[in-house]
Amino acid sequence: MNETRSVVRIASGQGFWGDALDAPVRQVEGGSIDYLMMDYLAEVTMSIMQKQRARNPAMGYARDFVPLMRRILPAVIADGVRVISNAGGVNPRACAEAILAEARDLELPRRPRIGVVTGDDILDRLDDLLARGHLLVNLDTGEPLTAVRDRVQSANAYLGAVPVIDALRQGADAVVTGRVTDTGLTLGPMMYEFGWAADDWDRIAAGTVAGHIIECGAQCTGGNCLVGWRDLPNMADPGYPIVEATPGGTFAVTKHPGTGGRVSVASVTEQLVYEMGDPRHYITPDGVADFTSIALRQAGDNRVEVSGVRGGPATDSLKVSVSYHYGFKAVGTLVYAWPDAHAKAMMADRILRERLDRLGLEFEEILTEYVGVDATHGRVAGDPDPDIAEVQLRVGVRAPDRAPVERFSREIAPLILNGPPSVTGFAGGRPKVEEIVAYWPALIAKSEIEARVEVIDA
Amino acid sequence: MGKKVARRMVQLRYLAHARSGDKGDTANVGLIALKPEYYRVLAREVTAARVAAHFDGVIRGSVERFELPNLGALNFLLHGALGGGGTLSLKTDAQGKVYSTALLRMEIPVPAGLRVD
Repeated sequence: MNETRSVVRIASGQGFWGDALDAPVRQVEGGSIDYLMMDYLAEVTMSIMQKQRARNPAMGYARDFVPLMRRILPAVIADGVRVISNAGGVNPRACAEAILAEARDLELPRRPRIGVVTGDDILDRLDDLLARGHLLVNLDTGEPLTAVRDRVQSANAYLGAVPVIDALRQGADAVVTGRVTDTGLTLGPMMYEFGWAADDWDRIAAGTVAGHIIECGAQCTGGNCLVGWRDLPNMADPGYPIVEATPGGTFAVTKHPGTGGRVSVASVTEQLVYEMGDPRHYITPDGVADFTSIALRQAGDNRVEVSGVRGGPATDSLKVSVSYHYGFKAVGTLVYAWPDAHAKAMMADRILRERLDRLGLEFEEILTEYVGVDATHGRVAGDPDPDIAEVQLRVGVRAPDRAPVERFSREIAPLILNGPPSVTGFAGGRPKVEEIVAYWPALIAKSEIEARVEVIDA
Repeated sequence: MGKKVARRMVQLRYLAHARSGDKGDTANVGLIALKPEYYRVLAREVTAARVAAHFDGVIRGSVERFELPNLGALNFLLHGALGGGGTLSLKTDAQGKVYSTALLRMEIPVPAGLRVD
């Protein structure tokens, strides 16, 4: 390894699959960075990718990532920016090969080296694991996985920073992984650069906190921030976050000069508490971070310093995310206008439910919301303005079988002509029937999971 | 009994900001003091029981509370808040994104002398 750097700049370019397409390019072009980190995976994403791979063995990864890599590869090679992303989904090798195919068209000074991290995908091993007594009990309900085994669509263990470090050691310009934790993508380069030991729990916790802060992209630089939202500058072009890491574990959160948004103690704190459970035990494969030890300080314009982070030893298990077919759902909407908009929408709901009932349709749940009245805050919002200009009736249904949901989707439009008056807003057509792929969280012994790392350049 | 302090009711939106998210059928709400001096008031008044009462009829499960004095924040877990959670949920707010501001509707008693902008 080279001499240890005093500061390593890790930029976040993507908070989820579907985030701003140009954000990673702006991170590369907007100033000096050492690493570009991009998180593409959510629980449900893996099942979509498994279906894509089943149809075509060369698919099963975040396809947007390949044209993106084509755009930034020249800078990756010329400036030594190293890319780390879990865009590989359920087929990281195919993703890496697609990137290399693109690279052949570019006139690069040398061929890029792509690190491929696998070993997280346990779909083909499920029966063996179950037979050997790994029950993969649902962490929320306590049920063993056998209850839904025949409907499973994907199963992945969450890997941590270690395979990312291995790929960087082997000289990867870009590391493409399967289900590596969001935080591991940021912690990995810190451990690699600074030579942090695998049991340096405080520093691992610091890197984990850094990863948590930037894993949702601009959500820590002013996006979705409640404090001063009216006055945030240039939100048409928000700066995505950059962590400036140091060997001792203290780091700063900042963004490129001239970009919009704001990095403040308020914006960083909001992201810290996002999706938080027990703050003393933020568990990752790499260690357990204590969020009650974090100290934040505004260290300049658009610069927040993070220090004091403490952590504890990693557990001996890994989280597993299983997805399985659950059933079907559909949501239908209609808009009722003044006067008495809410009353008209409520009458339409009563009529609709009576018709569904008469048809003998059975649903696991029928949920009615009145947008403008109670859809976001429920009854906490209190009574609506009696003179409210309009109310959207929003009815959702869920059932194990497709047929009743399909039939429901045909019962919304008739209300326009045969229900309460002053109704509109059906331009979108019949409600779409969607398959529900549900999420099954479980744990597995670390000893069962072995990450594999290879670096390919052709 | 301590001495009686005059109090007035203030809505949380003037004392705190918040962000919320999901884990399965549980929503979390991080409630963050707008000024350091507000944290003690929040920690004293925004109890798990009061939050459960605030969301009565909206959530099906219990409420847990965690303290983060270092961030001037409280973290609440609202169980059974998301209509099954994730992809099962039929709710507009299936991911609990706006439980944050729903909590900011709550009113709490604060010392009459506490300056609130």
